[in-house]
Amino acid sequence: MMMSFFDQFASPTYLGIPLIAIAIALPWVLYPTPSSRWVNNRLTTIQGWFINRFTNQLMLPLNMGGHKWALLLASLMIFLITINMLGLLPYTFTPTTQLSFNMGFAVPLWLATVIIGMRNQPTVALGHLLPEGTPILLIPVLIIIETISLFIRPLALGVRLTANLTAGHLLIQLIATAVFVLLPMMPTVAILTATVLFLLTLLEIAVAMIQAYVFVLLLSLYLQENV
Amino acid sequence: MADKPVALAQKRLMDIKLGQLPSWLGTRDFTPNGLLGSVRGGYERYFNKYINVKKGGIGGVAMFLAGYVALSYLWEYDHISKYKLSVLKNQ
Repeated sequence: MMMSFFDQFASPTYLGIPLIAIAIALPWVLYPTPSSRWVNNRLTTIQGWFINRFTNQLMLPLNMGGHKWALLLASLMIFLITINMLGLLPYTFTPTTQLSFNMGFAVPLWLATVIIGMRNQPTVALGHLLPEGTPILLIPVLIIIETISLFIRPLALGVRLTANLTAGHLLIQLIATAVFVLLPMMPTVAILTATVLFLLTLLEIAVAMIQAYVFVLLLSLYLQENV
Repeated sequence: MADKPVALAQKRLMDIKLGQLPSWLGTRDFTPNGLLGSVRGGYERYFNKYINVKKGGIGGVAMFLAGYVALSYLWEYDHISKYKLSVLKNQ
Protein backbone atom coordinates (compact mmCIF):
# COMPACT_ATOMS: atom_id res chain seq x y z
CA MET A 1 0.00 0.00 0.00
CA MET A 2 1.52 3.28 -1.09
CA MET A 3 1.90 5.77 1.72
CA SER A 4 1.31 9.34 0.70
CA PHE A 5 1.49 12.58 2.55
CA PHE A 6 -2.23 12.98 2.10
CA ASP A 7 -3.00 10.06 4.37
CA GLN A 8 -3.15 12.39 7.34
CA PHE A 9 -6.40 13.81 5.95
CA ALA A 10 -8.27 10.52 6.11
CA SER A 11 -10.32 10.09 9.25
CA PRO A 12 -9.36 6.81 10.93
CA THR A 13 -11.97 4.59 12.56
CA TYR A 14 -11.52 2.64 15.77
CA LEU A 15 -14.15 0.38 17.31
CA GLY A 16 -16.54 1.78 14.71
CA ILE A 17 -16.14 5.39 15.84
CA PRO A 18 -14.50 7.71 13.34
CA LEU A 19 -12.07 10.20 14.80
CA ILE A 20 -13.81 13.04 12.98
CA ALA A 21 -16.83 12.54 15.24
CA ILE A 22 -14.74 13.13 18.35
CA ALA A 23 -12.92 16.03 16.70
CA ILE A 24 -16.19 17.77 15.86
CA ALA A 25 -17.74 17.17 19.29
CA LEU A 26 -14.67 18.33 21.20
CA PRO A 27 -15.07 22.14 20.95
CA TRP A 28 -18.39 21.85 22.76
CA VAL A 29 -16.68 20.33 25.78
CA LEU A 30 -14.01 23.02 25.96
CA TYR A 31 -16.49 25.86 26.49
CA PRO A 32 -18.38 25.30 29.74
CA THR A 33 -21.64 27.12 30.29
CA PRO A 34 -21.09 30.21 32.39
CA SER A 35 -22.75 29.85 35.78
CA SER A 36 -24.98 32.46 37.31
CA ARG A 37 -22.19 33.62 39.59
CA TRP A 38 -20.99 37.16 39.35
CA VAL A 39 -17.34 36.13 39.14
CA ASN A 40 -16.73 32.93 37.22
CA ASN A 41 -13.65 30.76 37.08
CA ARG A 42 -10.75 32.01 35.00
CA LEU A 43 -11.46 29.87 31.96
CA THR A 44 -15.07 31.00 31.71
CA THR A 45 -14.08 34.62 32.29
CA ILE A 46 -11.48 34.59 29.53
CA GLN A 47 -13.83 32.89 27.11
CA GLY A 48 -16.65 35.26 27.95
CA TRP A 49 -14.43 38.29 27.51
CA PHE A 50 -13.21 37.08 24.13
CA ILE A 51 -16.68 36.17 22.86
CA ASN A 52 -18.13 39.48 23.98
CA ARG A 53 -15.38 41.52 22.36
CA PHE A 54 -15.53 39.54 19.18
CA THR A 55 -19.31 39.75 18.84
CA ASN A 56 -19.22 43.46 19.58
CA GLN A 57 -16.60 43.99 16.90
CA LEU A 58 -18.45 41.86 14.38
CA MET A 59 -21.81 43.53 14.90
CA LEU A 60 -20.48 47.08 14.52
CA PRO A 61 -21.08 47.46 10.76
CA LEU A 62 -24.39 45.58 10.80
CA ASN A 63 -27.81 47.15 11.25
CA MET A 64 -30.43 45.86 13.68
CA GLY A 65 -31.61 43.18 11.30
CA GLY A 66 -28.11 41.82 11.12
CA HIS A 67 -27.86 41.56 14.88
CA LYS A 68 -30.11 38.52 14.72
CA TRP A 69 -27.10 36.72 13.31
CA ALA A 70 -24.91 37.47 16.32
CA LEU A 71 -25.36 34.07 17.95
CA LEU A 72 -24.77 32.16 14.75
CA LEU A 73 -21.67 34.06 13.68
CA ALA A 74 -20.11 34.12 17.15
CA SER A 75 -20.61 30.41 17.68
CA LEU A 76 -19.33 29.68 14.18
CA MET A 77 -16.20 31.66 14.90
CA ILE A 78 -15.60 29.88 18.21
CA PHE A 79 -16.17 26.52 16.58
CA LEU A 80 -13.83 27.15 13.66
CA ILE A 81 -11.05 28.70 15.68
CA THR A 82 -11.15 25.87 18.22
CA ILE A 83 -11.14 23.18 15.56
CA ASN A 84 -8.27 24.83 13.69
CA MET A 85 -6.17 25.26 16.82
CA LEU A 86 -6.85 21.74 18.07
CA GLY A 87 -5.74 20.41 14.71
CA LEU A 88 -2.25 21.69 15.40
CA LEU A 89 -1.78 19.26 18.27
CA PRO A 90 0.10 16.08 17.36
CA TYR A 91 -1.88 13.13 16.01
CA THR A 92 -5.15 15.04 16.01
CA PHE A 93 -7.56 15.28 13.13
CA THR A 94 -8.74 18.62 11.72
CA PRO A 95 -12.25 18.45 10.30
CA THR A 96 -11.79 21.76 8.49
CA THR A 97 -9.33 20.13 6.10
CA GLN A 98 -12.30 18.34 4.57
CA LEU A 99 -13.88 20.33 1.74
CA SER A 100 -17.27 18.78 2.43
CA PHE A 101 -17.19 20.09 5.99
CA ASN A 102 -16.37 23.64 4.95
CA MET A 103 -18.81 23.71 2.09
CA GLY A 104 -21.44 22.51 4.56
CA PHE A 105 -20.87 25.74 6.43
CA ALA A 106 -20.29 28.07 3.50
CA VAL A 107 -23.13 27.22 1.12
CA PRO A 108 -26.12 27.34 3.49
CA LEU A 109 -24.96 30.50 5.23
CA TRP A 110 -24.14 32.31 2.00
CA LEU A 111 -27.43 31.18 0.47
CA ALA A 112 -29.24 32.46 3.55
CA THR A 113 -27.78 35.92 3.08
CA VAL A 114 -28.74 35.95 -0.60
CA ILE A 115 -32.27 34.76 0.05
CA ILE A 116 -32.73 37.27 2.85
CA GLY A 117 -31.59 40.03 0.53
CA MET A 118 -33.80 38.92 -2.31
CA ARG A 119 -36.85 38.58 -0.08
CA ASN A 120 -36.60 41.75 1.94
CA GLN A 121 -35.07 44.21 -0.48
CA PRO A 122 -34.90 42.67 -3.96
CA THR A 123 -34.09 45.92 -5.72
CA VAL A 124 -31.14 46.70 -3.48
CA ALA A 125 -29.91 43.13 -3.63
CA LEU A 126 -30.02 43.11 -7.40
CA GLY A 127 -28.51 46.57 -7.46
CA HIS A 128 -25.37 45.17 -5.88
CA LEU A 129 -24.70 43.44 -9.17
CA LEU A 130 -23.76 46.77 -10.74
CA PRO A 131 -21.22 48.98 -8.95
CA GLU A 132 -21.81 52.70 -9.01
CA GLY A 133 -20.23 54.84 -11.65
CA THR A 134 -19.54 52.21 -14.28
CA PRO A 135 -19.33 53.42 -17.87
CA ILE A 136 -22.50 52.62 -19.84
CA LEU A 137 -20.80 50.37 -22.36
CA LEU A 138 -19.42 48.15 -19.61
CA ILE A 139 -22.76 47.54 -17.91
CA PRO A 140 -23.71 44.19 -19.53
CA VAL A 141 -20.25 42.72 -19.05
CA LEU A 142 -20.06 43.90 -15.49
CA ILE A 143 -23.43 42.44 -14.56
CA ILE A 144 -22.32 39.07 -15.85
CA ILE A 145 -19.05 39.37 -13.98
CA GLU A 146 -20.72 40.39 -10.75
CA THR A 147 -23.22 37.53 -11.01
CA ILE A 148 -20.41 35.06 -11.47
CA SER A 149 -18.60 36.58 -8.52
CA LEU A 150 -21.75 36.28 -6.45
CA PHE A 151 -22.08 32.59 -7.18
CA ILE A 152 -18.44 31.90 -6.64
CA ARG A 153 -18.59 33.25 -3.08
CA PRO A 154 -19.56 30.00 -1.30
CA LEU A 155 -17.00 28.09 -3.30
CA ALA A 156 -14.34 30.61 -2.37
CA LEU A 157 -15.32 30.56 1.29
CA GLY A 158 -15.13 26.81 1.54
CA VAL A 159 -12.07 26.28 -0.58
CA ARG A 160 -10.14 29.10 1.09
CA LEU A 161 -10.48 27.51 4.51
CA THR A 162 -9.81 24.01 3.23
CA ALA A 163 -6.81 24.95 1.14
CA ASN A 164 -5.15 27.05 3.81
CA LEU A 165 -5.39 24.41 6.47
CA THR A 166 -4.54 21.50 4.21
CA ALA A 167 -1.51 23.30 2.82
CA GLY A 168 -0.32 24.19 6.29
CA HIS A 169 -0.62 20.67 7.60
CA LEU A 170 1.07 19.25 4.53
CA LEU A 171 3.97 21.67 4.85
CA ILE A 172 4.43 20.79 8.48
CA GLN A 173 4.49 17.10 7.67
CA LEU A 174 6.89 17.56 4.74
CA ILE A 175 9.37 19.67 6.67
CA ALA A 176 9.16 17.39 9.67
CA THR A 177 9.95 14.43 7.44
CA ALA A 178 12.87 16.37 6.00
CA VAL A 179 14.25 17.04 9.48
CA PHE A 180 13.82 13.43 10.46
CA VAL A 181 15.60 12.16 7.37
CA LEU A 182 18.43 14.71 7.53
CA LEU A 183 19.21 14.18 11.19
CA PRO A 184 21.61 11.20 10.80
CA MET A 185 23.19 12.56 7.63
CA MET A 186 23.68 16.33 8.06
CA PRO A 187 22.82 17.44 11.60
CA THR A 188 23.51 21.15 10.95
CA VAL A 189 21.12 21.29 8.03
CA ALA A 190 18.66 19.36 10.14
CA ILE A 191 18.84 21.98 12.88
CA LEU A 192 18.28 24.75 10.33
CA THR A 193 15.29 22.88 8.97
CA ALA A 194 14.01 22.40 12.49
CA THR A 195 14.13 26.16 12.96
CA VAL A 196 12.10 26.53 9.78
CA LEU A 197 9.67 23.99 11.18
CA PHE A 198 9.33 25.97 14.38
CA LEU A 199 8.65 29.19 12.51
CA LEU A 200 6.20 27.39 10.27
CA THR A 201 4.32 26.09 13.28
CA LEU A 202 4.02 29.63 14.60
CA LEU A 203 2.69 30.67 11.20
CA GLU A 204 0.21 27.83 11.26
CA ILE A 205 -1.12 28.95 14.61
CA ALA A 206 -1.68 32.39 13.17
CA VAL A 207 -3.23 31.02 10.00
CA ALA A 208 -5.59 28.84 12.00
CA MET A 209 -6.96 31.85 13.81
CA ILE A 210 -6.95 34.17 10.83
CA GLN A 211 -8.74 31.81 8.50
CA ALA A 212 -11.56 31.23 10.93
CA TYR A 213 -11.88 34.96 11.39
CA VAL A 214 -11.85 35.65 7.65
CA PHE A 215 -14.59 33.09 7.09
CA VAL A 216 -16.89 34.69 9.60
CA LEU A 217 -15.97 38.21 8.56
CA LEU A 218 -16.81 37.61 4.93
CA LEU A 219 -20.12 36.09 5.91
CA SER A 220 -20.91 39.17 7.96
CA LEU A 221 -19.95 41.29 4.96
CA TYR A 222 -22.33 39.39 2.71
CA LEU A 223 -24.96 39.81 5.38
CA GLN A 224 -24.31 43.55 5.55
CA GLU A 225 -25.04 43.89 1.88
CA ASN A 226 -28.28 42.03 2.07
CA VAL A 227 -29.99 42.53 5.37
CA MET B 1 -11.20 -1.14 64.18
CA ALA B 2 -13.82 -2.62 61.84
CA ASP B 3 -15.28 -0.71 58.88
CA LYS B 4 -18.69 0.81 59.35
CA PRO B 5 -21.28 -1.29 57.49
CA VAL B 6 -22.05 0.61 54.27
CA ALA B 7 -24.09 -0.78 51.39
CA LEU B 8 -21.96 -1.93 48.49
CA ALA B 9 -23.79 0.15 45.92
CA GLN B 10 -22.98 3.38 47.69
CA LYS B 11 -19.23 2.85 47.86
CA ARG B 12 -16.90 4.37 45.31
CA LEU B 13 -14.70 2.24 43.08
CA MET B 14 -11.51 2.90 44.99
CA ASP B 15 -13.07 1.96 48.33
CA ILE B 16 -14.22 -1.59 47.57
CA LYS B 17 -12.22 -4.73 48.10
CA LEU B 18 -10.99 -6.59 45.02
CA GLY B 19 -13.23 -9.58 45.62
CA GLN B 20 -16.27 -7.36 45.73
CA LEU B 21 -15.63 -5.98 42.23
CA PRO B 22 -18.04 -8.20 40.27
CA SER B 23 -20.89 -7.59 42.68
CA TRP B 24 -20.12 -3.87 42.71
CA LEU B 25 -20.29 -3.83 38.92
CA GLY B 26 -23.68 -5.47 39.22
CA THR B 27 -25.01 -2.54 41.20
CA ARG B 28 -23.97 0.04 38.59
CA ASP B 29 -26.45 1.45 36.11
CA PHE B 30 -25.46 0.50 32.58
CA THR B 31 -28.55 1.76 30.78
CA PRO B 32 -27.95 4.55 28.21
CA ASN B 33 -29.37 7.07 30.67
CA GLY B 34 -27.11 5.71 33.36
CA LEU B 35 -24.04 5.89 31.12
CA LEU B 36 -24.92 9.44 30.17
CA GLY B 37 -25.31 10.30 33.83
CA SER B 38 -21.94 8.81 34.68
CA VAL B 39 -20.28 10.75 31.81
CA ARG B 40 -21.87 13.94 33.01
CA GLY B 41 -20.87 13.15 36.60
CA GLY B 42 -17.30 12.57 35.53
CA TYR B 43 -17.27 15.83 33.60
CA GLU B 44 -18.64 17.75 36.59
CA ARG B 45 -16.06 16.19 38.93
CA TYR B 46 -13.21 17.11 36.56
CA PHE B 47 -14.60 20.58 35.93
CA ASN B 48 -15.14 21.38 39.59
CA LYS B 49 -11.77 20.03 40.63
CA TYR B 50 -9.50 21.59 38.01
CA ILE B 51 -11.26 24.39 36.21
CA ASN B 52 -14.01 25.85 38.36
CA VAL B 53 -11.56 26.98 41.03
CA LYS B 54 -10.55 30.42 42.14
CA LYS B 55 -7.05 30.38 40.71
CA GLY B 56 -7.26 27.78 37.98
CA GLY B 57 -4.22 27.64 35.77
CA ILE B 58 -3.40 26.13 32.43
CA GLY B 59 -3.20 22.66 33.98
CA GLY B 60 -6.88 21.83 33.79
CA VAL B 61 -7.16 22.45 30.06
CA ALA B 62 -3.67 21.09 29.35
CA MET B 63 -4.43 17.74 30.97
CA PHE B 64 -7.58 17.47 28.95
CA LEU B 65 -5.80 18.28 25.70
CA ALA B 66 -3.02 15.83 26.51
CA GLY B 67 -5.70 13.19 26.97
CA TYR B 68 -7.16 14.16 23.60
CA VAL B 69 -3.75 13.81 21.93
CA ALA B 70 -3.37 10.37 23.52
CA LEU B 71 -6.83 9.40 22.33
CA SER B 72 -6.05 10.56 18.80
CA TYR B 73 -2.84 8.54 18.85
CA LEU B 74 -4.89 5.51 19.82
CA TRP B 75 -7.18 6.13 16.85
CA GLU B 76 -4.35 6.62 14.40
CA TYR B 77 -2.06 3.85 15.61
CA ASP B 78 -3.34 1.26 13.17
CA HIS B 79 -2.73 3.64 10.33
CA ILE B 80 0.64 5.12 11.15
CA SER B 81 2.21 1.89 12.39
CA LYS B 82 2.42 0.90 8.73
CA TYR B 83 4.76 3.76 7.85
CA LYS B 84 8.34 2.84 7.13
CA LEU B 85 11.26 5.08 6.38
CA SER B 86 12.50 3.83 3.00
CA VAL B 87 14.50 6.87 1.92
CA LEU B 88 17.80 5.44 3.10
CA LYS B 89 17.33 2.19 1.23
CA ASN B 90 19.73 3.06 -1.55
CA GLN B 91 22.68 3.78 0.73
